[in-house]
Amino acid sequence: MRVVVDHFDLYWHGFVKTLGICLWAGTGALVLGTLLGAFRVSPIPPLRATGTAYVTLVRNCPLTVVLFFIAFGLPEVGVNQSYYRFAVGGLIIYTAAFVCEAVRSGINAVPTGQAEAARAIGLTFGQSLRFIVMPQALRTVVPPLGSVVIAMVKNSAIVGAFGVGGELYDVGASLTGAQGFAALPVLTGVVLGYLAITIPAGLGLGVLERKVAVVR
Amino acid sequence: MTSLLFDVPGPRARRRVLVGSVVAGVVLAAVALVVVRRLADNGQFDSAKWNPLLNPSDENFGLLWRSLWGGLRATMAAAVWAMAFSLTLGTLLAVTRITAAPWYRWLVVSLVELLRGVPVVMAIFFASRVLPEVGIRLSLRWYLVIGLTAYNSVVIGEIIRSGVAALPRGQTEAAYAIGLTRWAALRLILLPQAFRIMLPALISQLVVILKDTSLGAFISYEELLRRGNLAVQTLGNPLQLYLLVGAVFIAVNAALSRLAVVAERRMSRLRAARPEDVINVGAP
Repeated sequence: MRVVVDHFDLYWHGFVKTLGICLWAGTGALVLGTLLGAFRVSPIPPLRATGTAYVTLVRNCPLTVVLFFIAFGLPEVGVNQSYYRFAVGGLIIYTAAFVCEAVRSGINAVPTGQAEAARAIGLTFGQSLRFIVMPQALRTVVPPLGSVVIAMVKNSAIVGAFGVGGELYDVGASLTGAQGFAALPVLTGVVLGYLAITIPAGLGLGVLERKVAVVR
Repeated sequence: MTSLLFDVPGPRARRRVLVGSVVAGVVLAAVALVVVRRLADNGQFDSAKWNPLLNPSDENFGLLWRSLWGGLRATMAAAVWAMAFSLTLGTLLAVTRITAAPWYRWLVVSLVELLRGVPVVMAIFFASRVLPEVGIRLSLRWYLVIGLTAYNSVVIGEIIRSGVAALPRGQTEAAYAIGLTRWAALRLILLPQAFRIMLPALISQLVVILKDTSLGAFISYEELLRRGNLAVQTLGNPLQLYLLVGAVFIAVNAALSRLAVVAERRMSRLRAARPEDVINVGAP
């Protein structure tokens, strides 16, 4: 494990960079995914169709293909960005489909009677959404949304494999590849870096899940 | 039709939906137009870009499709092996975790938590680098399969375990009451039902495995995506080729997902027997 200790600053920077990618991609995916979720439950057919098509296409396509398509396809039509931005963009596009599904299933899990009762006592659309549907839906959404975010953290490793320099996976790849260190200690260090994010996140999610569980 | 958020629309609401539909349609059409214009301006509809894919008389047509077909076969081979191993090992893991005595159950639990937190691409990379170091030299396909199995068997194990946990307690009790041993109860009564109720979740995980075979491209395993990458290097049409590769993945996965929906529908009819079902037998 000497190599990990010797290159600790490299690992640390990789860890921070991975966290940064996750922060940007997570925020973007939550915004885009919620918007798409709203599309999917809206009364306007073209928006519903757009949401459904997006989810069906993106969810069945590997993230790797999405990334390659963006990073090598977009420059062909004159869109040039850094690999980092393309990668974060790809992660957002991919994760948003899963966020959308979580949001939609959360809203659908609220019993219809709840909204009907809200309308019956004269609440407007906005009021019933704000006071009745959303508080219940958000609680149902928390567990699946948490799993989606943790999966996204793990998927951020693909971004490193894909060529965004300095990120945790890339640290492992360059130390074992170009610099020729033994793979077992180097990659164990990388794996520990990811576990340092995913295991606490999983435990935190479990606590949160028990806190917000809806009793029906 | 009344939905959760909206009542049956009256004349005013119907008018509003119509206006909204027209506005949304115009906006979507405008976006599509901008995209198509942009593609056309950059020559993405030129026959030079599409001919290798679509025109059988193009010199590269046969070569490209043979290469991609080989890639798809490699993808499917890796996926099928990874699925088979993951299902088998996953079942074993679930059984181990259920029947484990407390003194070593924590070992199984920590193994599961550990493997679940590792990115799949990392598991594949780990297999491809560490195994040769300790003297286990395999072809690239097996590194990919091992990496995929390490992660997915754990996930599948957890799916099966939660399926067993979701069964009514009476199932276990009845099995014991007719004299089955613990192992026989699990094998004959609990596991078959757990598989059935968890079929949709299991199929979704199989879709994940199929998608993740594309990570083999990073260890140079010649699957579909890698063959696509190689073709892009010679033909110089990334947009068209990645579109094609993506379409193939989407088609195969959509078919698998479709199976999950069908399974789910069947499940809602064929559910594990519950007390009320038994009581209702014979009623009109």
